[in-house]
Amino acid sequence: MENMSQYPLEITGDPRPMVSFRKVRKAYGSLVVLDDLDLDVAAGEMVSIIGPSGSGKTTVLRMLMTLETINSGVIYVDGKPLTHMPKNGKLIPANQSHLRERRADIGMCFQHFNLFPHMTALENCMEGPVQVLGMPKAEARDRSEELLELVGMIGKKDQHPSRLSGGQQQRVAIARALAMRPKVMLFDEVTSALDPEVIGEVTNVIRKLVSEHNLTMLMVTHQMGFARDISDRVCFFYGGKIEEQGPPAELFGNPKKERTQKFLSAVKEAI
Amino acid sequence: MVDWRWDFVWEILPRLLQATGNTLIAAIAGYGIALVLGLFLALGQRTPYRIVTLIIREVVEFIRSTPLILQIFFIFYVGPQFGIRLSPWMSGMIAIGLHYACYLSEVYRGGIESVPRGQWEAATALNMSTLQKYRRVIIPQAIPSALAGMGNYLVGIFKDTPMLSVIGVAELIHTANAIGSENYRFLEPYTMVGLIFLAISLPTAGLIRAFEGYVRRKLGM
Repeated sequence: MENMSQYPLEITGDPRPMVSFRKVRKAYGSLVVLDDLDLDVAAGEMVSIIGPSGSGKTTVLRMLMTLETINSGVIYVDGKPLTHMPKNGKLIPANQSHLRERRADIGMCFQHFNLFPHMTALENCMEGPVQVLGMPKAEARDRSEELLELVGMIGKKDQHPSRLSGGQQQRVAIARALAMRPKVMLFDEVTSALDPEVIGEVTNVIRKLVSEHNLTMLMVTHQMGFARDISDRVCFFYGGKIEEQGPPAELFGNPKKERTQKFLSAVKEAI
Repeated sequence: MVDWRWDFVWEILPRLLQATGNTLIAAIAGYGIALVLGLFLALGQRTPYRIVTLIIREVVEFIRSTPLILQIFFIFYVGPQFGIRLSPWMSGMIAIGLHYACYLSEVYRGGIESVPRGQWEAATALNMSTLQKYRRVIIPQAIPSALAGMGNYLVGIFKDTPMLSVIGVAELIHTANAIGSENYRFLEPYTMVGLIFLAISLPTAGLIRAFEGYVRRKLGM
């Protein structure tokens, strides 16, 4: 049994991290996906996660979105525990209502977009605000149209996803996630399923978010150039651990660990 | 030489048409019960409570593995021993509804399982409740792929209504039997019953297909 008293009920202090993984462990049977992960992400920080497949990088995002449970450790968002909740001065595993309350701070975009196929682009964006936040339809429509404008999709707002290209669907998916006003945005290989010629339209939207909005972002990507351009920090994952992390110029320019060097040169050769 | 008498056909037609009405009422009411109950049976098999899932699955399996006619007899003849006294009509519709609810629950289950996992995850990422996920995201997408199966069972129920004749519901076969034994002529009533079934089943199947296409277009799929 894990000693939960080592984890604070709340992370206080100024500035406190927007996201904090404390000794988070995830295993499927004997396969350890993440091994005692410690990771803090500051408010407004853009962190890119890179690494070979199977290194656990996508799992980091999926745990934060509560799509995966964790085996031990605690994840905090904006200082409050996400995976756990306080009860009688102790942390116990979160129940559904706690998850729903804390999950509101987090938004996510997926590799395969996962737009709702039976709704138009605009309806996809309005769905969360209207159904989950209980926002009046007119207000949700205004906000969604604003966001579709931001991602350059206002002209296609009445189209169903099946009529949109991958890049267009992904931009709608970004608008849909933003419509919930998350504090933390997660991008899980959002360009991996796209044709090369439309990757730019999605990365440009993310660039715009980075430069114009004070969102905290975690991004799993295979695009090293993009990660280098826009990240405040890059984490290289290997075997369920952060092997090396640092500012992009440092990690890409002068990697210290051998595994990082090997990975980066292998990726370079592939290009 | 076949001895076919048109005057007899015209004579019995009103009675047969009235029985057609009864048959349709039984089919539609049974189908209504099956549609609603089937959904609960399907969703009940997806709760996090293992024991509920297990019980429902076994009940569904049991009902699907035993003949409808036995279930009709059971409800009508054995029910009173347990203090459940139902008219032939009620017994029949409950039996048909229950029987087909089990088949429909499998259709719904298949439809729900055909919705990709990414849709559930996107709904979670939007922080939807379980009810919202089903109502807004999953069921609307499950319906188009379930429609074909749902339509087949509508026709199936319709064709199974003659089983209600065994407990005296005045549907088509029951009426045709009565006409036949009153007049010692079976050719015309049975032929007419066959034609009536055909005249209703065929267009229904076509309508269902058209409706399926319409729903898919409407949902942009």
